[in-house]
Amino acid sequence: MSEIAEKVKKIVVEHLGVEESKVTPEASFIDDLGADSLDTVELVMAFEEAFNVEIPEDAAEKISTVKDAIEYIERQKAA
Amino acid sequence: MKAERRVVVTGMGVVCPLGLGVEHVWKRLIAGESGIRRIESFDTTDLPSKIAGEVPAGPRAEGRFDPSEWIPPKDHKKMDRFIQLGLAAASEAMEDCGWKPASEEERTRAGVLIGSGIGGLQTIYEASVQVHEGRVRRLSPFFIPSALINLVSGHVSIKYGLKGPNHSVVTACATGVHAIGDAARLILWGDADLMVAGGAEAAVCPLGIGGFCASRALSTAFNDTPERASRPWDRDRDGFVMGEGAAVLVLEEYEHARRRGAKIYAEVVGYGLSGDAYHITAPAEGHEGAYRAMQNALRNGGFGVEEIDYINAHGTSTPLGDDLELEAVERLFGDAAKRLAMSSTKSAIGHLLGAAGAVEAVFSILAIRDQVAPPTLNLEHPSRESVIDRVACEAQRRPIRTALSNSFGFGGTNASIIFRAV
Repeated sequence: MSEIAEKVKKIVVEHLGVEESKVTPEASFIDDLGADSLDTVELVMAFEEAFNVEIPEDAAEKISTVKDAIEYIERQKAA
Repeated sequence: MKAERRVVVTGMGVVCPLGLGVEHVWKRLIAGESGIRRIESFDTTDLPSKIAGEVPAGPRAEGRFDPSEWIPPKDHKKMDRFIQLGLAAASEAMEDCGWKPASEEERTRAGVLIGSGIGGLQTIYEASVQVHEGRVRRLSPFFIPSALINLVSGHVSIKYGLKGPNHSVVTACATGVHAIGDAARLILWGDADLMVAGGAEAAVCPLGIGGFCASRALSTAFNDTPERASRPWDRDRDGFVMGEGAAVLVLEEYEHARRRGAKIYAEVVGYGLSGDAYHITAPAEGHEGAYRAMQNALRNGGFGVEEIDYINAHGTSTPLGDDLELEAVERLFGDAAKRLAMSSTKSAIGHLLGAAGAVEAVFSILAIRDQVAPPTLNLEHPSRESVIDRVACEAQRRPIRTALSNSFGFGGTNASIIFRAV
């Protein structure tokens, strides 16, 4: 697993208070990990802080799974 | 004709500077213990008042408060401390009353009315710092809901599925009494059969202490002997001591409680309100607003003054307020003042602002249950003599069937409530 993926996973575990084993790439924040819409806003803010990236509103709306987050951040970091 | 409804208390929860849990706190209060200490949660170097009643941290089994025993860790950041304390007190009260809604109909007949004087002050402070640092876009999406006063009621309703009236009160230091009194009326008027009511406060923070210091309301002469600082009616008193905590009652329509065989602590039998229309912080001359609040509560309950056995005074330990309240009680009670016991439990826990009236309701009810008047600590040299027994320094066993509790707030708002043994 990439460094980014590890860090994303850690942030999700911390913010949503879920077990690490549940944070699979396919896991949806809302459907599988018990987040509500405010939790996801906060999660995206936490990603922005941790990775020092900007995630605009329209991009944030498309991030609904752990994998979406990892891929978006990886693209930003590669760019 | 509509049958007369009555309101009784069937559950209680409290978390305050003497700890967490009704019986634990009461035992310590009656033993004459104090919950006032040096402030440990932040640096008080620049503050003239360095003492407060903070809720002891630790496990529930030891009568202490640990938010993670009451709220899932991931939700802590969604609630300011006053909400966490309120939720703990409400959870205790719900456990104590032994009732849970079993149907949608029952859910819609049960509501919540928990207030706070100030709300999420520390949360607002921290968010303000973020804005000041140019990080306005980094504000948490939970900032607003973690600071809003009515969110104690919101969280309690969500936790227990209570879909009846969801309300809140903000009347400074009169909040707790107003919340309980208004909730009782919602039951009397038929809006609900059960109400979870009380107050919560957590303003022991730099803004809270600094702000009340600025209005010259806090004690500053006892920083080295904190337990001696809150001394209502004593000649050496020099201001109130801030406390934090929450208390919540479960109020229930009498027949509703009787049908399910609930334990009944007491009945809410009188409630009176008034305004001073005088000054933003100082009580009116002769504390005539307090006089009228008590008078209204007696009239509401159909009581004569000779029927009141115990008063839990507002008695904050401020130079002006204490004696004015005493004078108002003496004037209202006349000859009946001689048989009266009146104490201020703020001497042991400080002034819990919006939670004060709710905590003092719990103490008034327990005074009735156990026939004990809790003490006014540190009342060594009264600044003024009185025929009223102010229960100086030690608790007293005495017959208490009916108790009245007073709370008065900034803005000139006054409330009195009367409880009686059933």
